[in-house]
Amino acid sequence: MIERSPINSPMGRLQGLWDRPGFRWPALAVVLILLVVAPYLFGPYATVILTNALLYVVLALGLNVVVGYAGLLDLGYAAFFAVGAYTIGIVHHVYGLDFWLTLPIAVLAAAVAGVIIGSPTLRLRSDYLAIVTLGFGEIVRFSARNLDITGGASGISGIERPWIFGWRMQSTLDFYYVFCVLAILAVIASLRLADSRLGRAWLYVRHDEDAAEAMGIDRVKVKLAAYVIGAIYGSIAGAFFAVNLGAISPESFSFQQSVLILMAVILGGMGKVPGVILGAFIVILAPELLRDVGELRLLVFAAGLLLVMLFRPEGIWPSRRR
Amino acid sequence: MALLSLSAVTLTFAGNTVLNEVSFNVAERSVTSLIGPNGAGKTSLFNSITGFYKPQQGSIRFDGTELLKLKPHQVTKAGIARTFQNVRLFREMTVLENVMSGAHCRTSAGAFAAILRTPAQRREEEEIRARARQHLEFVGVWAEQGRIATTLAYGHQRRVEIARALATEPKLLLLDEPAAGLNPTEKHDLVQLIRRIRDEMGIAVLLIEHDMGLVMQISENISVLDHGEIIAEGTPKQIQSDHTVIEAYLGRDDGEAFLDE
Repeated sequence: MIERSPINSPMGRLQGLWDRPGFRWPALAVVLILLVVAPYLFGPYATVILTNALLYVVLALGLNVVVGYAGLLDLGYAAFFAVGAYTIGIVHHVYGLDFWLTLPIAVLAAAVAGVIIGSPTLRLRSDYLAIVTLGFGEIVRFSARNLDITGGASGISGIERPWIFGWRMQSTLDFYYVFCVLAILAVIASLRLADSRLGRAWLYVRHDEDAAEAMGIDRVKVKLAAYVIGAIYGSIAGAFFAVNLGAISPESFSFQQSVLILMAVILGGMGKVPGVILGAFIVILAPELLRDVGELRLLVFAAGLLLVMLFRPEGIWPSRRR
Repeated sequence: MALLSLSAVTLTFAGNTVLNEVSFNVAERSVTSLIGPNGAGKTSLFNSITGFYKPQQGSIRFDGTELLKLKPHQVTKAGIARTFQNVRLFREMTVLENVMSGAHCRTSAGAFAAILRTPAQRREEEEIRARARQHLEFVGVWAEQGRIATTLAYGHQRRVEIARALATEPKLLLLDEPAAGLNPTEKHDLVQLIRRIRDEMGIAVLLIEHDMGLVMQISENISVLDHGEIIAEGTPKQIQSDHTVIEAYLGRDDGEAFLDE
């Protein structure tokens, strides 16, 4: 067994601080202030990158419900991201329904897709789910590329920006703050889910399916709940992604996209919210920070990831459990 | 009226008959033991009652419900809780969290209630904790509620598992070899605990046990299973003098153990 309380590591010390109540609220205030002033500190280019990182925070937290909380391997998570984005693209842009009315439809579409894919496969072992989700991800992408309504390979462009209370989300700065709010909501929802009847049920099922069943927990229902909740996170992220860029195409929802999100979850530490946030920032910011390395930057990034997995297979963020 | 009533339950695995037309009853508020040599099919019978195995024939009626087609979690909801032969607590979770799992099937808060932290959800969470505490106090391990369950002494782990089963609010509790691995003092405490479960909580107990002293001391009724068939039923006195039972045990290595008691 690996001893998992590395008090001496920098991350361990960080978590030790985090657990002190006197530290937590001031730390959160600092993070919040940093989020607000970051665009003014780092300039417009960094703002776009940070917006992307915040999008990945939402996506990774959504996948974390599936992979981290419920222990289900999902290799086609980008499909739900696509369902959200294309629902906005089609219903909001092509049919002209208001963005805020389309958003619930996007959520519903992802939830229905989640039930359709999940309910037959979640009865099987987790490996089968990985294969089915991988296939589902590709089916969604190929459908988007080949259907007329999705605009084929070139996708849908010119998607109108939404209004909220008479204010129009327009500039990159506007969208940066929109994604800040989304990421904060995603964090709160994730923390609250973890500390709830359903959150505990995921842990029970992950640790021992038979014992969980013997305690009266319907494992299929509980796993399906995780899968559908993950799908909803993905579709909301997709919806705002579509209006932010104003254009979507099938290539935004490829297998690599699914892998990148999964990487953020595993890198940071499955099931651990601060770890997953960190993971999302790393997968987006690291390639940017490595620009100086030139053409080799992706290679350096990949080597770094391998090293992390070799030395901290349970993720960068330390485990709270003793 | 019997609380649990099995009639002609037959279970086969790939042509091997594990249980052959097993019929027996458990009365309300009773302590019934299921004994028999190793490999007789006792745990298979438990697994059939609790929905983990699907017997091909027969009927298992519990409190007016047919259990044969139910899944394990539905059986638990119907009012049967169980423990496992080799303790199966949730690893890396605290004693309290383990026992809280039992409340799942008696509570209802879903994802939205959890995210919105509705008053009803918060009340339910408090209720779950309070109930778990009650059950841990009942079995006498509340002092260790904050520890990781699998780090407890073995005897205490068994108690946590019983508390977890009690938290599902059962009418019938199935204990699979609850005394295995316990020392004499712990066995004595276990007998007290089983009696309190029956007397104070009004729960019927069905147990599989190899410790004949314990079985004779605590049971009102004993059923003997051998080669997947019930070969004898009766009070401890009747079973002790039943020559088929003695033969069934004597024909094997553990026969002497039976006579020693």
